[in-house]
Amino acid sequence: MRRRRLTNGELNEAAKHYDGPYRSYDIVKEVSVATGVVMLIAVILTILFSSPDLPPSTISSWSRTMPIDFVTTAVSELDGTSETATYGPPYNHQSGSVQQIWFINLQKWLGVSHPINAPYDFVIQPLRMIPGDPALQREVSAYKRAPAKAQNAWTTAYTNALAKAKASAGALRVPPGNYGPVAPMMSALLALAQSGGLDGDLLTSSQFYQTDFTKPLMFIEDGNALNDRATYQHLQGEQWGMMNETGSYPGQVWLWLYTFWYQVSPISTSSNVDALVMAIMGVLSACFILIPFLPGIRSIPRRIPVYKLIWRDWYAAAGAAVEPPPSSPGSAPT
Amino acid sequence: MSSWTAKLREAGVRALPPEKLLPDSQPAYMTSAIYLFGALTIGALVTIIASGSILALKGPTWWHVQSIGHFFNSIHLWSVELFFFFMVVHLWGKFWMAAWRGGRARVWMTGAVTFLVAVPCAFTGYISQQNFDSQWIATQGKDGMNSLGVGAFFNVLNFGQMYSYHILLLPIAVVALVSLHILLVRNHGIVPPLPFSDSVPGAESKP
Repeated sequence: MRRRRLTNGELNEAAKHYDGPYRSYDIVKEVSVATGVVMLIAVILTILFSSPDLPPSTISSWSRTMPIDFVTTAVSELDGTSETATYGPPYNHQSGSVQQIWFINLQKWLGVSHPINAPYDFVIQPLRMIPGDPALQREVSAYKRAPAKAQNAWTTAYTNALAKAKASAGALRVPPGNYGPVAPMMSALLALAQSGGLDGDLLTSSQFYQTDFTKPLMFIEDGNALNDRATYQHLQGEQWGMMNETGSYPGQVWLWLYTFWYQVSPISTSSNVDALVMAIMGVLSACFILIPFLPGIRSIPRRIPVYKLIWRDWYAAAGAAVEPPPSSPGSAPT
Repeated sequence: MSSWTAKLREAGVRALPPEKLLPDSQPAYMTSAIYLFGALTIGALVTIIASGSILALKGPTWWHVQSIGHFFNSIHLWSVELFFFFMVVHLWGKFWMAAWRGGRARVWMTGAVTFLVAVPCAFTGYISQQNFDSQWIATQGKDGMNSLGVGAFFNVLNFGQMYSYHILLLPIAVVALVSLHILLVRNHGIVPPLPFSDSVPGAESKP
């Protein structure tokens, strides 16, 4: 006899009711035992492996161990060429890190919500807060009063000189040159940073209690302190970093698909890489939720019959020839 | 009847009579070990909440300076890893069962949304660790958030905001979704097996 494939509607209708045999079952006991088992496994894993806790990088530790990198970054903040200074929304009105998909530019549309004025917030203002140093304040004023062309000449010359600078025990020796007020300003900022004062200054606002680390983190990220540690800890993007944890611990492995797209060209080389990955994951997440309604996808379990393994005892007990009576297709293919 | 309370009670009892809400029997086809992973996921969630509550009681710095705090942080970390492992196995199991059949689409959808909400719940936890890992994840994650404008109101560099999301807002969402998911499972019952054969006697028809 010829056979025909069951429709989704028939399968749907057949799954609405079950009139077969039941067996004894204790749902409270199952969940209780499962919870106990999981707690035991978690305790065993804790005893065997503990958990990672690498100390955070601070501006103080960064400036003491990498003074040249710190000052180079600080000069880039002062002359407005750092990543933060050129980022764009939500930190400022630049466009260096603004991403969009087609004409949709949500980053720009939602505007500047966490304003950062890199030259002022990261350099000028902290230097202004140093008490008892009128000479330094005169240098800062001289820099602020100077024409942009002169400011740029000083910072460029100082940046070039930093490539030949020597660092020893946290101290910096820069070859002589015409750096204007930039050299004393950077010396003072380095000393402030090494004392730990800059870590606190960047958290200061009108509130006494602080939990917002946006400014210090943005400043540190502009340098190489975090980057070098991340490379050593295999956390870079090309190392599938977002799903890794420091050391050899499992991290957010459930982000594997999100991280995967960062490895795929041309997405990985696009200037809109983050927006593209987020959009792709948004679409895939919607598909994941809507699997019951997606033709083809919802039929995969029928075509690759893993279910025969799952319910093998039931089929064996009932007889493999069991077939549901063909009923009229249901209204909703769910 | 005009009482909202009575209407709510009767609707609740109608949808989930006690013997359905807490059944002491289940269909005979529920024998596979795959059925255990739902309960194991709940067990991991209970362990997460218990260890997280202890960490919350002592404050976010405690686990960095006290060995007993580090112990509970480790339990919290491993229970999160177990939670996702059990949940993913549970989801795959339900996928291969086509468990959305028979009007159970909402059961699948609440499970899928639970997974998707659990991801930022864990993500905000990683950001709230106050160590190098949290610094790196936050500074890298901000670009993804900012690229779609999310960073304007969800600032991953703001520890206070992320901590609030991690210990209150997102756990409430996960627990609410899991509760809804379980109630829907109890309401519909577990999905019956697919027919052993994918076809029946009769005229050929297109799939």
